[in-house]
Amino acid sequence: MNRPTSLLEDALSLDAGESNSRGPEKGLVVLVEDCVETSGAFVLHHLIKRFLSPNLSSSDNVVLLVAFAQPFSHYDRILRKMGCNLVAQRENKRLLFFDMLMLECPDDGVEDGLIAFYGNIQKAVEVNSSNKNITIMIDDISLLEVATNGSTKDVLNFMHYCHTLKTQFGCTIIKILHEDIYSSGDGFTFPLQMEYLADITIKAQPLITGLAEDVHGQLTVLNKGTIDGFRNSKGKIHNFHYKIKENSVDYFYPGSRS
Amino acid sequence: MASSKVRTSSFSRKVLTAPTSSVPGLKYGPNGTIFLSSGIADLDKILGGGFHLGSLVMIMEDTEAPHHMLLLRTFMSQGLIHNQPVFYASPSKNPRAFLGTLPATLVSKDDKSFKGDAEQKDLRIAWQYKKYLGENKPSIEERDGKVEYCNDFDLRKPIEKHLIAGNRVECVSLLGCSSLAGIRDSCSKFLSQLPRYDGSITSAGRIAIQSFCSPQCEYYDKEWDMLSFIRSIKSMVRSSNAVAFITFPASLVSPSVSKRWQHLADTLLAVKAIPDEDKELATLLTGYQDMLGLLSINKVARFNTQVPVILDATTYSMKLQKRRSLVLECLNQAPVDGSSGSSYGTSGGCSSTGATDF
Repeated sequence: MNRPTSLLEDALSLDAGESNSRGPEKGLVVLVEDCVETSGAFVLHHLIKRFLSPNLSSSDNVVLLVAFAQPFSHYDRILRKMGCNLVAQRENKRLLFFDMLMLECPDDGVEDGLIAFYGNIQKAVEVNSSNKNITIMIDDISLLEVATNGSTKDVLNFMHYCHTLKTQFGCTIIKILHEDIYSSGDGFTFPLQMEYLADITIKAQPLITGLAEDVHGQLTVLNKGTIDGFRNSKGKIHNFHYKIKENSVDYFYPGSRS
Repeated sequence: MASSKVRTSSFSRKVLTAPTSSVPGLKYGPNGTIFLSSGIADLDKILGGGFHLGSLVMIMEDTEAPHHMLLLRTFMSQGLIHNQPVFYASPSKNPRAFLGTLPATLVSKDDKSFKGDAEQKDLRIAWQYKKYLGENKPSIEERDGKVEYCNDFDLRKPIEKHLIAGNRVECVSLLGCSSLAGIRDSCSKFLSQLPRYDGSITSAGRIAIQSFCSPQCEYYDKEWDMLSFIRSIKSMVRSSNAVAFITFPASLVSPSVSKRWQHLADTLLAVKAIPDEDKELATLLTGYQDMLGLLSINKVARFNTQVPVILDATTYSMKLQKRRSLVLECLNQAPVDGSSGSSYGTSGGCSSTGATDF
């Protein structure tokens, strides 16, 4: 269903990664950064659909959706419009949904809370690890920080642990971060660390000229590529505009829309 | 590409034909959402129908002017008129006294036109013309019946006592409590007493919290406590049929915390006072004298959809019509000579180009 010409797909070049690096290097870390004016959630929806869609060569993808931001019904409604039934996928055990809306770590038990939470994720990954591609999606890290009462260090530790799953099981990790939160104050290193750990950084920004009907914002995709150099978009920065619709998103280069 | 375009356009649903809810004060919106009125007809229209049930609405206050109170008052009054339970928390000693300042409904339109028939005949034509312009809004107002989705409020008259006495109104003071756990508990208790959504909705609740992080509260310096409080309110409200309406002085918290709050909000509004004697602005905007302040709409709730709501304008002027009812209008730029045509009009607090409309 994914149009092969989609600029986002090109920029991500996930397909290329899958076809030629089946061996040692499987997992990826994708970071989606957004701000108050433009939500980057649509990228996540796109990726959920992409990893769950049946016409992908390997239908043994499993998605772990860790949702701090929205209830299941919200994702379900959106993905249904995009042609992907999350309820059915959940029954098929291809989608594992972690409803984290109410997660709260007590003041003195932040670490324990996160360890238990990580344990859940690890268990789920281990159960599904045999011959399957697992994608862990976290929506979003900024809310995870709130849930842990601002203990950024613990959140970082947690993210590092999640990254070990990438090396151990070849999981792909996709996470959303609200970047503008950290633009002031002393927390500015946090997004930098996240960017450093990410293989692909997708940044959703509003247009400088303001809101428009036809262009909802611009995406900047930085694909670091891998050392093996097989990826065609190694170290390249892609920049394009997008317009979000109910069932899809149009991507186009600035000014190329008639 | 072209064919897919056609397909998507035919896919879009017609919103206007959505059936109106049988429960007064609620109406169905797109994507299986339900709206609840803000108490200001213009704001409802701008937001596409009102506040989503289950949404967290946050208002960024202007520390110099109490315009957020206008929004808060109409929000609460509208709830009382629809017999919806209201929960109110404020940093005052006696929050219940605030209920006395809520506005009453304006006398119905027919009465008004009877009264003012002679004196404003010429005005009335213009007024009606305007009414027909806004015809695409769903007409839920039943003229003769008592069930109106959104009432007009007379800000000069206090609400009838029986409406306060006859409804479930809970008032909590934010002053005494050293931690937010107590308020959270009373909120969750309030929400748990609302009837659950089971196919047909019967009633909705309103939570109004005024000046949430004001410095006189004891928890003022505990930024993360406040954040997790808002987050838990958000998730509690999301799973119940209520709307939480929180005003906060954004300039009093650190910028990063303020950003986090803005991210947490489903619908984000900001009010701003306009200086009394700003000559430059006065020449730039028509109707400057009547303006109370500016309202910017920074974020509109996006439930069950990923498509952002793009408004025609993000900044509106708040005006008092005949000194009693609150209306919102687009900013109209007066014709100016080239020399003074600076971009001053966009100082309304939003980066959007839509701030000034011609």
